[in-house]
Amino acid sequence: MSEYIREAIINGVWETFVMTFFASLFSYIIGMPLGVILYSTSKGRLLENKAVNLVIGTIVNITRSLPFLILLVLLIPFTRFVVGQSIGTTAAIVPLTIGAIPIVARMVESSLNEVQPGIIEAATSMGASPLYTILHFIIPESMPSLLQGGAINVATVLGYSAMAGVIGGGGLGAIALQYGYYRYQKDVLWTTVTLLIIMVMLIQEIGIRMAKKHRKI
Amino acid sequence: MENVFELNNVFKTYKNDGKEFTALKDISLTIKEGEIFGIIGMSGAGKSTLVRTLNRLEEVTSGSVNFYGKDLASLKPKELREVRHSISMIFQGFNLVNQRTVIQNVEQSMKIIGIPRVQRREKARQMLGIVGLLEKENEYPARLSGGQKQRVAIARALAADPKVLLCDEATSALDPKITGEILDLLKKINEERKLTIVIITHEMSVVEKICDRVAIIDDGNLAEIGEVKEVFSNPSSKAAKKLVYPSNPFDPSDENGKIVRVVFDGTQSNVPFIANLVEKTGLKVNILSANTKSVGGVGYGQMIVELPPAENDRKTVIDFFREGGLIVSEVNEYE
Repeated sequence: MSEYIREAIINGVWETFVMTFFASLFSYIIGMPLGVILYSTSKGRLLENKAVNLVIGTIVNITRSLPFLILLVLLIPFTRFVVGQSIGTTAAIVPLTIGAIPIVARMVESSLNEVQPGIIEAATSMGASPLYTILHFIIPESMPSLLQGGAINVATVLGYSAMAGVIGGGGLGAIALQYGYYRYQKDVLWTTVTLLIIMVMLIQEIGIRMAKKHRKI
Repeated sequence: MENVFELNNVFKTYKNDGKEFTALKDISLTIKEGEIFGIIGMSGAGKSTLVRTLNRLEEVTSGSVNFYGKDLASLKPKELREVRHSISMIFQGFNLVNQRTVIQNVEQSMKIIGIPRVQRREKARQMLGIVGLLEKENEYPARLSGGQKQRVAIARALAADPKVLLCDEATSALDPKITGEILDLLKKINEERKLTIVIITHEMSVVEKICDRVAIIDDGNLAEIGEVKEVFSNPSSKAAKKLVYPSNPFDPSDENGKIVRVVFDGTQSNVPFIANLVEKTGLKVNILSANTKSVGGVGYGQMIVELPPAENDRKTVIDFFREGGLIVSEVNEYE
């Protein structure tokens, strides 16, 4: 493996890390509230609202059903509008975020759904408002599950980031594609794949440890 | 004494897939300040729905629930939340936040009201002292036993300085010994803090132990209401008899045998009634079941006896008991 490729791989690891970090962060900033809304507006919940739930649920389902590769291409004009360019690491963060938002939203919704109804009833009987109940009872109680879901989401974003290589996003995926696949350099292909696997495992391990530390049952 | 709750003709109907189910049928009752009021019934009788109308966790379909004269249905969401600060509730499943420590759980009810952190801590410690769990303040609920969890829930409920404590099957998940301890604690709190307590239960023993008055709910109806002593010694409704009478089957030795329940309170306990009966009348009765219990602090005994076969002998026995001040009622009628 040449010095040039070695440097490219190190750079690729960093780019993958940057893409994954920011796309995960932004997707939680938007996806978490969406998940909370999906949860609290569903039938029998604190802020039951059929219309809101249907609209957000439908948007989430549509975005989630699109294959990520298609989403990447479809979002090129939008990406250019947001960050001024459509190729490169920064540009890749946009479709990655959009692609991860619905996954985060559903994951958060399902974590919140695990909270026992009795705890919500207790909060309500104490005179807590719906918003207070969500912030101080439901979210803290589902924290271990949220963290575990978080690890799965970050690993998914990491996997997606490799696909961003196809449309000129940087990172390990692009290197695997350009050197490993198009030029058939097996050693590069396997090195990048191994690095991706290690990164996923690290994320998973950190997530599980954090969840365990929080889980008091 | 002031009325804490006043229910007028309360109905509650659920609609599910076009089917209607009426959980509460024309319930009217009052709960007075400072009393321990029991609501008892079989599971599915509607008692949990009834207690939830008291803090409007359940809306009534018609009728009204008044809390210190205020119709709960007329309150706006914010006003309702304020009223709920004075109506605390504990549950069969304890409903503590598992990811928070014991003291954080106790603080929750005060945090909602907006009591500052330092005062909250201090008061939470004081409450944990009352329920005897101060040394567990930094544990998580998962490390506690059922009885301890309920004590934490009681501390959390009391911390907000409520006027009423609603207990929804609060001891049903606990064994008899722990149940006794929790009931003693509730009684102590009732006496020391003049706190009105409403207890929902399916166990007559809970009502007998600490309640002043009791309402019996049967299939959504208010079957009977009164002083616990009265209901125990002289149950008039079928539902009340079912709850008060011992549950073992009474098979008379003779097919046509007649069974009666004889109740005596502490004042007659120094008189050997059965021996006197035999001595004076020469008639014998067969004791099928007998026990004594404390109802509201007064000792009560009850006996299920089979009467002699001849009709006039039976009358003699019943008259003998009644003249002695015992309460005699026929058992066969409720089966």
